[in-house]
Amino acid sequence: MRPFTVHTGVAAPLDLANVDTDMIIPKQFLKSIKRTGFGKNLFDELRYEDEGQPDQDCEGRPLREDFVLNQTRYQGTSVLLARNNFGCGSSREHAPWALDDYGIRAVIAPSFADIFFNNCFKNGLLPIVLDEEEVDELFKAVESTEGYELTVDLDAQIVKTPEGKEYSFLVDSFRKHCLLNGLDDIGLTLQEADSIKAYEEKRIQQAPWLFAERTL
Amino acid sequence: MAGKTLYDKLWNSHLVQQRNDGSALIYIDLQLLHEVTSPQAFEGLRLAGRKPWRTSASLATPDHNVPTTAEERKSGVNGIEDPVSKIQVTTLDENCDEFGITEFNMMDVRQGIVHVVGPEQGATLPGMTVVCGDSHTSTHGAFGALAHGIGTSEVEHVLATQCLVAKKMRNMLVRVDGQLSPWVTAKDVVLAIIGKIGTAGGTGFAIEFGGEAIQSLSMEGRMTVCNMAIEAGARVGLIAVDDTTIDYVKGRPYAPKPEQWDMAVESWKELVSDDDAEFDEVVVLQAKDIKPQVTWGTSPEMVIPVDDFIPKPEDQQDPVQREGYARAWKYMGLEGKEKLSDITLDKVFIGSCTNSRIEDLRAAADVVKGRKVANTIKEAIVVPGSGLVKAQAEDEGLDKIFTEAGLQWREPGCSMCLAMNADKLGAGEHCASTSNRNFEGRQGFGGRTHLVSPAMAAAAAIAGHFIDVNELVKH
Repeated sequence: MRPFTVHTGVAAPLDLANVDTDMIIPKQFLKSIKRTGFGKNLFDELRYEDEGQPDQDCEGRPLREDFVLNQTRYQGTSVLLARNNFGCGSSREHAPWALDDYGIRAVIAPSFADIFFNNCFKNGLLPIVLDEEEVDELFKAVESTEGYELTVDLDAQIVKTPEGKEYSFLVDSFRKHCLLNGLDDIGLTLQEADSIKAYEEKRIQQAPWLFAERTL
Repeated sequence: MAGKTLYDKLWNSHLVQQRNDGSALIYIDLQLLHEVTSPQAFEGLRLAGRKPWRTSASLATPDHNVPTTAEERKSGVNGIEDPVSKIQVTTLDENCDEFGITEFNMMDVRQGIVHVVGPEQGATLPGMTVVCGDSHTSTHGAFGALAHGIGTSEVEHVLATQCLVAKKMRNMLVRVDGQLSPWVTAKDVVLAIIGKIGTAGGTGFAIEFGGEAIQSLSMEGRMTVCNMAIEAGARVGLIAVDDTTIDYVKGRPYAPKPEQWDMAVESWKELVSDDDAEFDEVVVLQAKDIKPQVTWGTSPEMVIPVDDFIPKPEDQQDPVQREGYARAWKYMGLEGKEKLSDITLDKVFIGSCTNSRIEDLRAAADVVKGRKVANTIKEAIVVPGSGLVKAQAEDEGLDKIFTEAGLQWREPGCSMCLAMNADKLGAGEHCASTSNRNFEGRQGFGGRTHLVSPAMAAAAAIAGHFIDVNELVKH
């Protein structure tokens, strides 16, 4: 996994609550068996006028002018500002894959749905929870200044504005450690193989039916 | 010290290692796999040269993009017309072969929606931890199992280690007191709960559903309730084990063998919250206040009793909510409509992991029996949750009741719930759907979904618009 340390980039405001993962990446693109290539279909229905198809060349598709990421001033966005309950609905990890593939490195919102929030950390994408008032301030600042950039410093756990204002955020220490160092957590868990085996040996005595074979 | 909740007990019995920062390694007893969220996980194992930790802890079946017409299903995976869907289903077959995982493939009568198949086979058992790369894994909580959806990276993690890195959730109790009115079903109960607490109301919580109205539900009904816990933001929904649970499990193919049965039952009886357990939050609803529910907007929380007025954006105080309502009104084409009965329906879908079990099909059949689908309805389809549900329904003659009424009887799969196969809505079409999500575009580009119970969907098919099923059929 690509590490996340400090990132500075253009921020864009997506002023909509309850953005679900169907919106982030519609189902027809979930037929892919790869982890990459979803960026051109990120927010497909919000972004394009027509219905997108898998493996379609998106150059030349009619764009929805009212969609924030289509506006010239937000080209190259890498920090997404969002509203409450971002990423609700389906567990599809294709949602963070699409955001990452598009170039988004961090999403800032007052709240996230649990599964999406988890999935982000597995992909070097940082979901940041700030207070509703703080997110409101950032929305106003981003909307009023073209090319407004935010800096996200994971180690210091702060979001910094060009004016030097800082907003601190919380992050679990284990997740932070993995993200800062780009660690694969399967490898880390396998270092605990003895604990897992010990658990299994104890458990099979208590509940042997949980270890039965399920053959066809 | 306060007693333990059911969630606390399940968490404790699966704890492999507690870490200092509050995260933990928990052991996973069962992983269900399907074709959409597993290919990248298997590929990850291959790239890292890893093997599954314990193959017998996984069970697979294709469901999301399998076709549902008899014609396209005749020759199994080779008959899938959409080449991209075909690759995905083939990839699941190949991965299960390569890694030695038991799979009910498209030609197997046991194939179906993972959340119907697991319980039906007795693979899902009380006291287990169950995960799947699908948010509706909360369904299995109906058995007093700790079950939730995970992402593909976590699917790979569980395959490789049989564990998940998790953080303990908070406890919420949602109690529904008293008895439900006629034709008010599990679906109406859970929609009413989501209407009350909102789609983010359960974020960070494991919700235990309790109270007389919940306890009196069948296992099918309990699965419907837990299935939609995620639509209230809670990854986990739970219901305490009782005789209904144990009677359902008994005799199923993967249930504990007779020599272990008594020992299992003994341990399952502990799977209830202690009388003195403390919940971080408690929500109470009165069953008698719940009426048949219908969603009007593009989020499951945008739900009202069938005969209420559709709430207007301009009446909302909160600006973000007002904006959200205005957007939903526009998307759903509600201009000039006052009540749900003013909407002319185009399609009806009875199916999905929420409502495709035998009891759901029986309820819908009771409503349409001897009646005809309104001629304004372009298509009404019934998609059983598994090959075995389909066979049982046919034994009971339900398929005939549906087809005589003008509904189509299909092959099992997720179908129009998420429209990854050919079953979908056209732009602007309104659908009475027994599925779980009414998001924009969920059932097809521009499609307009209204979530309802199977009985309400059946009544809507007959009337051509939403009506209280009680007006059509006496319970």
